[in-house]
Amino acid sequence: MASIKMIEHDGTEHEVAIEDGKSLMELATDNAVPGIDADCGGDCACGTCHVIVGDKWFPNTGVANNDEQQMLDMTPERASTSRLACQIKITEAMDGMVVRLPEFQM
Amino acid sequence: MSIEATVVNTATKFVPMHLQIKAIHRALKVKNKLLKNTPFKPRKVPEFAELPIPDVNTLALDEIDVSNPFLFRQQQWQPYFKRLRDECPVHYQKSSPFGPFWSVTRYDDIQYVDKHHELFSSEPIIFLGDRPEGLPLETFIAMDPPRHDVHRKSVQSVVAPQNLKEMEGLIRERAQEVLDSLPTDKPFDWVQAVSIELTARMLATLLDYPYENRAELVYISDVVGGNAESTGGTYADMDETFKAAADMVKKFTALWHDKKRREAAGEAPGFDLISLMQNNEHTKDIVNRPLEFMGNLALLVVGGNDTTRNSMTGGVLALNEFPNEFQKLKQNPSLIPNMVSEIIRWQTPLAYMRRVAKQDVELGGKTIKKGDKVLMWYVSGNRDERKIDNPDEFIIDRKGARNHLSFGFGIHRCMGNRLAEMQLRILWEELLVRFDKIEVIGEPDYVQSNFVKGYSKMMVKLTRKT
Ligand code: HEM
Ligand code: FES
Repeated sequence: MASIKMIEHDGTEHEVAIEDGKSLMELATDNAVPGIDADCGGDCACGTCHVIVGDKWFPNTGVANNDEQQMLDMTPERASTSRLACQIKITEAMDGMVVRLPEFQM
Repeated sequence: MSIEATVVNTATKFVPMHLQIKAIHRALKVKNKLLKNTPFKPRKVPEFAELPIPDVNTLALDEIDVSNPFLFRQQQWQPYFKRLRDECPVHYQKSSPFGPFWSVTRYDDIQYVDKHHELFSSEPIIFLGDRPEGLPLETFIAMDPPRHDVHRKSVQSVVAPQNLKEMEGLIRERAQEVLDSLPTDKPFDWVQAVSIELTARMLATLLDYPYENRAELVYISDVVGGNAESTGGTYADMDETFKAAADMVKKFTALWHDKKRREAAGEAPGFDLISLMQNNEHTKDIVNRPLEFMGNLALLVVGGNDTTRNSMTGGVLALNEFPNEFQKLKQNPSLIPNMVSEIIRWQTPLAYMRRVAKQDVELGGKTIKKGDKVLMWYVSGNRDERKIDNPDEFIIDRKGARNHLSFGFGIHRCMGNRLAEMQLRILWEELLVRFDKIEVIGEPDYVQSNFVKGYSKMMVKLTRKT
């Protein structure tokens, strides 16, 4: 099974099966991974789907556009590989990807 | 920076800011006197007399004016906005007392406008009406990027979740004190005794303001948010507004210097707003830029006041209107966090934010012209049947309760949203362990405003848990 691993701030791991075409945010909320609020429903307008992508996988997630950069900028826990999960499109090629969740969503 | 702002910031090196505000006020009075008998009319501050609002179905679409500051008080807002959502979701009112403006009333359109700050500017103010002449406070809620981003970043750590964890204990203790002192043998005014008192305590904590003077923060916020010219509120007396502003500047400047002295004497820096500004590279000298200094403080005081206060009252009212939900809550207190989001949606403490179109924009089949004022009516979008099932129902375990518009979206999304949620969560946790019944007696009194959707009085009778 192709899957992605999401690790909560306290270390709890969630392995979720890849579903092509969904966003990472949808994948997380559909699988009830806690800590992704997604208040704006995936419109890149709330910043509450923040994830930190594993270094190795970061280039595979595409490039954050201007809107996303601006929203990420308001997150105190922003790291160099931060992304908004609603802006990452899932593909089969992400099998094995690891992302960490911040302690808080803003 | 505006010319006024540059002048004030430069002058501050020589003349204290609160004296300058007094001088501006005197100059405006002279100017307005001189203009009186000339074709250049002085700016007039509107005063609103309350008349019964007609049934919306008796009006033509272009007669509908949702800027009426009595729309909430007279409980007419639901039919008015429903008619706009159904028949004219992007609506133009060409001759309101505040001038012409567009109303955007559906959820998706509101989200679109809020998100597209490159099309819709937040400057120079986010109220429908103009700001009081002569007080060009610099607040980032009314700035566009890149200035907005710089200012917001420099203060947002004060309400960041990390900092809130530090504050939670103190906020809870202070809430417990208030709830323990409430009478259970007679009705009392919930707005004064609980909502106002708790928000004042929170603000004093956030700003490390002298605790015994916390009522001053409430007063400042009421004067600024209740300005007649901006929102149709009850503060039309500009003498009073200027006096309040001058007073606020004086007190906060003193607070700043006092803190500096205490820190120099070896006291550890606090987690309050002023300490954070003093320890941030961008804001460590902000006291010398008084319009910005005051702007940041005013934004937190006003932003954190009416909003949380009216959610504290609104939640009690909602649970009285939907008593089954209170039963649900008592059986399952773990619903509190979800209920808090539902309260904030149901109440929508701030009815709208204003924008100005930066270019012609097509929306809902209409052309909004460059320079036109646009109001995003959160209060309507939160009741949009297209987006939310049974939107007028208050459902504490509603699915997707967090997907409401009350905090706005995009780069201006409410900076204090986690603090507001935390305060409401603490309030309900502490209420549930103490009281079995929270009964609203009679009808509440509503605030006069087109911006603040809130209550000035609500009588409540409590029954202690046995
Ligand atoms: C239930 C309570 C609250 C509600 C409903 C609320 C609502 C809002 C709304 C609608 C906006 C503008 C969003 C936009 O333009 O897209 C906003 C911005 C803001 N709020 Fe709140 N607010 C609440 C509590 C607070 C608290 C407790 C604080 C701080 C103490 C606060 C501070 C701010 C600030 C600083 C901004 C400006 C953000 C910016 O422009 O970047 N708010 N709020
Ligand atoms: S869900 Fe709102 S930014 Fe991703």
